[in-house]
Order: sequence, then structure tokens, then C-alpha cells
Amino acid sequence: MAIKDFIRERFFPHIWCPGCGHGIVLNSLLRAIEKLGMSKNEIVVISGIGCSSRISGYVDFHTLHTIHGRALAFATGVKMSLPELNVIVPMGDGDALAIGGNHFIHAARRNIDLTAIVMNNRIYGMTGGQYSPLSGYGILATTAPYMNIDYAFDTVELATAAGASFVARSTTYHVQQLTKILRQAILHEGFSVVEVLSQCPTYFGRKNRAGSAVDMMEYFKNHTTPIGSKAKKDHPDLIERGVFVEKEMSEYCSEYDKIIEKAMKGRT
Amino acid sequence: MAKPKLKAHVINREWCKGCGICVHFCPKNVLELDDTDKVFAARRSDCICCKMCELRCPDLAIEIETEQDD
Ligand SMILES: Cc1ncc(C[n+]2csc(CCOP(=O)(O)OP(=O)(O)O)c2C)c(N)n1
Ligand code: SF4
Ligand code: SF4
Ligand code: SF4
Ligand SMILES: [Mg+2]
Repeated sequence: MAIKDFIRERFFPHIWCPGCGHGIVLNSLLRAIEKLGMSKNEIVVISGIGCSSRISGYVDFHTLHTIHGRALAFATGVKMSLPELNVIVPMGDGDALAIGGNHFIHAARRNIDLTAIVMNNRIYGMTGGQYSPLSGYGILATTAPYMNIDYAFDTVELATAAGASFVARSTTYHVQQLTKILRQAILHEGFSVVEVLSQCPTYFGRKNRAGSAVDMMEYFKNHTTPIGSKAKKDHPDLIERGVFVEKEMSEYCSEYDKIIEKAMKGRT
Repeated sequence: MAKPKLKAHVINREWCKGCGICVHFCPKNVLELDDTDKVFAARRSDCICCKMCELRCPDLAIEIETEQDD
């Protein structure tokens, strides 16, 4: 299988729990990259800390496993120095939008050509099930034993408002759509955000009586709908999937090149 | 395009964690977990080679080999 060429087999079986959605995100990402037909040397995967962030250790591209919440800052540095590379930044929901929230909105605002993947299991998996800014009202977590009273961010709306030029959402159930969206996101020139609803059966699942990994994927199947579907009109609570934003906008590295050119005018 | 013909369900028993995702979502109910919680093709001839098991496996532990693949 060709995707086996893209992993570091020596680290398998991987550390993720049975049925963890992060493994499905890995699976889909490998297939998206396989379809792009790029050489492994053209791809950099940069992550922070979290169960999700372990993904960078498993893929056989250029990889950086950095610090919690700061993957986008490292990625910005790599992209600015070597803009010809395709930089992919998989993050957990806590990683991307709690501690890393400011990096996230400002990377989006600059429209730097990175592919941010938010592996959203609505919980801090790695540290034992604390609530995250994507858990939402009514959710149970180690740090919300009675019930979480914080409302969740909507990743898609947040990314859109912050200026991301490609914004999409899919789930670990909808793997064909997910692969297609990841491929589009990598090809898009500018800041791309792909939110993936992913299951953490171990913490989110247990705490919230959401059942097994299979049950949680059934939930993604039954509680999401394509953007603008008739079902959404009849059932406004359904979560929409698909590409929400895809627009052409000048990209940060190319704007920066223009500044360098201006500054160097008249000098040799 | 000719219908893909199944060669084998290639299962990596070392990597399979028995999560049951492939079993549950197989449209033809081909797969089962054995008593050590590893997947196997119990009704091999019902397989339509849709590869959904392969695409959804979180552990990259199941692969559908068809004659078209080579
Ligand atoms: C600066 C810093 N603060 C806190 C931590 C502890 N920590 C590690 S992972 C994590 C959150 C993980 O949740 P998420 O980003 O959603 O990823 P998941 O494990 O759910 O995939 C935290 C708080 C850390 N490693 N570094
Ligand atoms: S704790 Fe949750 S997120 Fe972490 S590996 Fe296990 S299932 Fe996945
Ligand atoms: S989805 Fe993968 S890990 Fe889960 S039971 Fe099937 S082969 Fe095993
Ligand atoms: S290829 Fe399709 S039909 Fe065959 S075992 Fe996998 S999911 Fe079932
Ligand atoms: Mg998380």
C-alpha cells in the first residue's frame, strides 16, 4: 500500500486508544497526500502537544513536534524561510483554540499559506479529560464534574471571522469527504482551516455516556449535514459539513517578498 | 471500469486494536472480531471491495487487495 511509504512503521502500532478518531484523521491525511502526488521532501508536518499532536511522529515527512499551542508559530517560521514547502499543522482543540487561540486567529488574519487541521474531540485527551473551548455547554469533563457552563467556539465561524481564506469541516465518519477537503486545503494558497470532528472514546465518550467509538461516529453521521441542505432547514441543530470559505487573497509570504524588494531598491 | 475482484483482506493483527469500526460500518457485514478481538473476514464472498473498512481504520490495520490494484 502506497500510504505505508508515508509512515514511520517502527512506531506502530501507534499510541492512540482503540477507536480514537485521531487515527482516522491520520489515515485520511495520508490518502490526501498520496493523491496529491507530492514528494515527501515537499511536505512539513508541525504539531504542538496533545494526543492529536503525536501525529507528527508517525508520518515520514519533514516533521517538528513542538510545544503546546505554539505549532502555528513554529510553522510560520518554517514557511517564511522556505515558502516553497507545504506546511501542514495538525492541532488538538485545546492546542489550537485554548492556549493556541491567539496564534490561530493571527495566522488566519495574515493569510499565511499553512494548512491548519483542528482535530476536535471537544476535550483535553492527553491530560485526562479536562474541558476545552470546544466542549460546549452541558458537557461533562474532569474539570466540569457537574456540567460545563462555558459555550463553545464555532471553529468555522471563528476562522472565517479571523480572515482564513479556506475554511471547512468534516468528521471521522465522512472519510471520503475528509480526504477530499484535506487535499483541497493543502492545495489552497493561503491560511486553510479544516475542522475534523474526532472521537475520544476514552475521556469525552466515557464522561458523557456517548458510548463506544462506533457510537460516536454514528453520532457524527446522524448529527451533521452538507452545507445548505434541506435537512439543515428542517433541523437547525444539525452541524454543517463541507467547504464554507474558499477565496483568493494575497498570501503573507508573497507580500513579505514585496517588502523585501522595496527595502532593497537602490541597493545591491 | 470492471468491478474490482477481491484478492484478500490483508489484516495486520499486530496493529488491529479491535475497535470494531470496520465491523460496524461494513455495508455487507463481512467482518467480525475473533475471540482475541482481532478482525477477520467472516463472510469473505460478500465483500464488494468498497474499501470503507480500510479508509476508516484508525490503526491502518486492514487493507483490501483487489486484482485491479496490481
Ligand atoms: C504550556 C503547556 N501547558 C499545558 C500543557 C499540558 N497539556 C498537554 S496536552 C494538553 C491539552 C490536550 O488537549 P488537546 O489539545 O485538545 O489535544 P488532545 O489530547 O485532545 O488530542 C495540555 C493542557 C503542556 N504540555 N504545555
Ligand atoms: S485519550 Fe482520547 S484523544 Fe487521547 S488517544 Fe485516547 S481516545 Fe484518543
Ligand atoms: S477498524 Fe482497524 S483497528 Fe478497528 S477493528 Fe477494524 S482493523 Fe481493527
Ligand atoms: S471492502 Fe467494503 S464490503 Fe469489503 S469488507 Fe471492507 S467495508 Fe466490507
Ligand atoms: Mg482535544
